[in-house]
Formats: sequence, structure tokens, C-alpha cells
Amino acid sequence: MRIRRSWLWIGFAGVNAAAAGYFVQRWQGPDRTVFLPGPTTHGHYQIELDCQACHTPWMGVQEAACYKCHEAELKLADDSHPKSKFTDPRNADRLQLIDAANCVTCHREHVPQRTGTMGVTMPSDYCFHCHQQTLKDRPSHRDLPFNSCATAGCHNYHDNTALYESFLLKHLDEPDVRPEPRVARRTVAAFTNAPLTATGQDAPATAASDPAILQEWVSTAHAVAGVNCTGCHAPAGKGGTPATWTDHPTHEACASCHKGESEGFLAGRHGMRLAQGLSPMQPALARLPMKADAAHRDLACTSCHGDHDFNTRRAAVEACMSCHNDPHTLAYTRSPHYTLWQEELSGSAPAGSGVSCATCHLPAETVTVDGSQRVVTQHNQNAHLRPNEKMVRTVCLDCHGLSFALDALADADLIQANFRGSPSRHVESLGMAAARRRMLETTKKTTSRNTP
Amino acid sequence: MKHTTSILPIAVGLLGLAAVGAGLVGCGPSGAASAPSGFTPRQMADALFTVMASDRAVYTKQVVNRLQNEEKVIKASEHWQDEKALPLPAQMFRMGAETVTEKNAGFSYALLSLWPINKQNAPKTDAEKAGLQFVNDSSGKTNYYAEEVLGGKKFFTAVYADVAVSKACVSCHNNHDDTPRDDFELDDVMGGVVIRIPID
Repeated sequence: MRIRRSWLWIGFAGVNAAAAGYFVQRWQGPDRTVFLPGPTTHGHYQIELDCQACHTPWMGVQEAACYKCHEAELKLADDSHPKSKFTDPRNADRLQLIDAANCVTCHREHVPQRTGTMGVTMPSDYCFHCHQQTLKDRPSHRDLPFNSCATAGCHNYHDNTALYESFLLKHLDEPDVRPEPRVARRTVAAFTNAPLTATGQDAPATAASDPAILQEWVSTAHAVAGVNCTGCHAPAGKGGTPATWTDHPTHEACASCHKGESEGFLAGRHGMRLAQGLSPMQPALARLPMKADAAHRDLACTSCHGDHDFNTRRAAVEACMSCHNDPHTLAYTRSPHYTLWQEELSGSAPAGSGVSCATCHLPAETVTVDGSQRVVTQHNQNAHLRPNEKMVRTVCLDCHGLSFALDALADADLIQANFRGSPSRHVESLGMAAARRRMLETTKKTTSRNTP
Repeated sequence: MKHTTSILPIAVGLLGLAAVGAGLVGCGPSGAASAPSGFTPRQMADALFTVMASDRAVYTKQVVNRLQNEEKVIKASEHWQDEKALPLPAQMFRMGAETVTEKNAGFSYALLSLWPINKQNAPKTDAEKAGLQFVNDSSGKTNYYAEEVLGGKKFFTAVYADVAVSKACVSCHNNHDDTPRDDFELDDVMGGVVIRIPID
């Protein structure tokens, strides 16, 4: 009996050891899916196997991890509900109702059954906790349910830069399409080096030689700007380590000159895996529908820009469509935006009048670089994607009136059809703002008439 | 709960600043500054308010009022980023308060009013309600001090009158769409600065 019990213990220990060994092996290996407590959100699934990107060693959540990736975006949005608003002790009673000082209160991970749009895991009437006074102050809001605040196209929790009342009032009665619709155009930095020709190329004799590649390089801004072969293929190493030639430069080589663009790429859907030290994103890993023949492409700068011709026009449309296979993308070539793009490419319409995929998803933004303003391409497509009102100021208003833009962005079917047609939804916020302005003006006139 | 006169000797203010710098912010030389022993929360709050009120008055008079109303060089606007304008004095003050909060500096402050343009800046706690009413009733001549428990923590709370120091304050508040009061005059108490310091 005693012997039998010993064998039982040995067996038990053996099973445990085997299980421990299995989990250790899975933890150390590339596939940690066994540790996922549930599917991750659309925003994080690409990096879900890098647990430490968000978690502490004992699987707590690092609040700082949220800010590491999203802080710049929140600053750009002039966050309406920053943490600092809630950590004031006067809001302690509110924090007991809803702990708004922590991102994960509203954005829990691995709970798909509770996850709504924008990765929000809080019931959608959360505004109720702090904004009940609004119903008393604004007659227009009296009968509106709290779950409509952030879903009717009127308010967002973080980004209200295109939705605040004074902004609405400034953009009343605008036409659907502006008289001369133009998008901002990228400004190119002044070149300080002398331009190069084919004879000036400095690739080593051991590097593969291809006249077509040489011709492509000569015709680009790189040669004009004096960026030679070794500038990308053999950049100086960190800490002054000797440069060594590589046939396949990474995004780090591009970043040595295109810092902002590279940062955007790493912050967005195309580069976020690289930013976490994971293998490059591939269309096969995406949750959005992708083309089968693109499934195993590694995404890097050259995926869209090419190796040596760096054709930004191709990068703005064909590159996107060579991978993306969702209804919105597929409908693009039947859209009025595509027609405008074709007209610009053919020269029959002015520069800046065409609308490519990149026009909206990787828009040109004005930024201050070294004290002077430049228009550069934002390579983090997520910066203007969700909620889609984030796109209004940076993109839509270049060409459209605010009311039309808000209506179009609120119409999911119209988005699916890539804006072929007219909005079937109407966002009430501009009308409400205008009505309130009229009411206040009437009140002021009445008051001034009655004042002796 | 105690109410006392607000005129604070400059020396106490300077002492307060030194103590805040050394003890709270932690920027004393080589960390060797002596501990602010015997320095009461009230003295610290008074010192902080002296700095806040001085900076605020200088910004209001020498920047906003001068550039906007007298020299007409640039406007101040609630939507200062969009309109390439100066932040309003109240916004400047709130931005400072938020920055202090982000730094977890060990105290907090807020600008509140019985007639707030943004309703979130109306008094909420009992001390805020009583304090704002008190400084208003005393026409800003007397401060309000109390202790309160918020979120299970005990705080020393001081409320100081926020007075209209320039015409810009008055005209902006009286004419704002969201103002609940439009008859402010120069030197009126428009609200109050609430400073909280955690105790024990």
C-alpha cells in the first residue's frame, strides 16, 4: 500500500514537472498564445504575445505602458479627460464611482464579450456619473440618453477638437464641398548636399550591381539630396562602430533622416510589432481582410515606398490596395475621391485636389521641426482613425464643410462604400449649437431692451 | 475650522516658498536642506497662494490686459490654440494646477466659483461650498481654512478669494455665453482658489 502511494506521488510530481516544463518552454518560445486569458482588442492583437509590453512580470498592468504608446496621441487631441483632472482630491467621490484616473477602468483587455467600439469595456452611458447637470443646463439635451453622448457623433471622451461648441459655431452653414478643395501638400526640407549622378555612386564592388536600380536611385530625391548608396546601405553604426554594407536596410536606416516619419510608422499598425521588438507585421497576421498573395510580406518602409524609386504616389494608393482587401478599400476605385486622384495624376486637375488612401489615412500634417513649420506625412494611421471624428480637422475640412463631414463619418454604410453617395445620417450638434446661439442672442437683446 | 485675516507678511511667504522648494518639490541643494519642521499646512498654503495670486495678477495685467486691451497686439481667447491667441488667465492658472497634479507634488489647487462658466468648477465638497461662500461674504478680506476627508484621506483645505483684478476679467465673464452671472465689477470676488495639503 505504501509503495503504491509512493508511485502515486511520483506520478503526480512527474505530471507537474512535465506541465511546468511545457509552460516554461511555451513562455520562452515565440508562441505564447497558451497564456492569453482571452482574445485581445483590435488595437493590441498584433503585440499580444509580447506580454511585457503591457504587463508587469507578475501580470499586473503597467499603466505607464498605455502612455508610452498613446501619450503623444492624447496630447495632440488635447485630451478632454486627462488623468490630472481626476487625481485632484476633490474628485475622490467620483473616482469611487468610476476610476477615471486609470486607462484600464474603461479599456480592459482580453474581454471581447464586454468590449465595444474604441476598445471601451465600460457601459456606454458612463458620462452619467459626472455630467447630469448638463441635462438641466441645456434644454436641447433634456431627453437625450447618456448612452448617446459618445455615439451620436456629438462628443468623444478624449478628442473633441472638432466637436466643441465654438468650433461648431464657426463652421455653420458651410457647403458640402468647398469651392476649391485642396489638401495640404508635403514640404520637402532644403537639401544642403550637392546632387549626385550615377557615376558618383559609392556602392562597394562586392555589392550586387543593377543598372535599373542605379537609374531608379538617380531619378529620386535621394540622389538629388546627395544621399549616396552607403547612406542607406552602410550607415555608421551606433557609438561610432564601423559601417558595414547590408543589402536590406531596415527602417532604422530610413529613420536616420526621416525621424518623424519613422516614429509614426512604428506607432501605427504597420510598425507597432517592430516597435516592440517582434518580427515585422505581415498581412497574414492581420484581422482585416487582406489579399492572399500579400500574406507573407514583411512590412517595412520599403513595402510601400519601394526599394529605390520611392514613389510616393504609388505608396499612396497601389501599395495599400496590394494588401488590403476589405469592402472600403475595394470600393475606392468607384469613389469620387479616386476620380479626383486620377484627374490629379493625369494633370487635368491641380495638385492637391486628388484624394488617395494616404490623403485620409496618412495625412499631411503641419509640424514644427527645429523651430520652423513643415508639412509632413503622418505615418501613424491610427492617429486619425478612431473615433473617426479625429479625421475631421486634419483631413475632411480641407475639402468639405463640417456638417457634411460629421454626417458622412457617422454613416457606416457610406464609409463602407468609400463615400460614394450622400450621408443618410445627420449629426444634430451643429443645429443644437446654432439654436442655442440664437436663443442667447434673443435673451441678450431682450435684457438690453429692458435695462433702463 | 478657523477663520482669520488674510494679510500675510512677505517674510512668511518667502519662508513658505523655501520650505515648499526644499521639502515638497525636492529641489533643495544636494538634498541637504533642513526639514521644514514647525511649518504648518496653513503657512504653506498661504505661501503657495501668495505666489499663485502674484503670478496670476502679473499675467492678467502685464500680459493679457496690456497686450489685448491696451496695446491691442494679440487677443486672449478661451480657444487660444485654434485662434493663435493668449490663454485666458484662468486657463493659465488651471494648466499650472494640472501640471502640478501630473508631477504628484504633494498638494493640489483649483480655481472654483459660485458662478462657474464650466459647471465642473462649481464647489462640490462641503469645505468648498462653505469656503467660497465665506470669502465672497467677506469681500475677499478673509480666508477660509478647514480640514476635510476626501477618499479616506485627510486634507488641510484653504480657500482664498479670487478677485477681478482687471477689466478683462469682468468683461469676459459678464459676456460669456455660459456665465450664470453677468454683473461682475472690478474688485468683485469672482470665485476662489482652493488649496489642499494632505495631513497625517
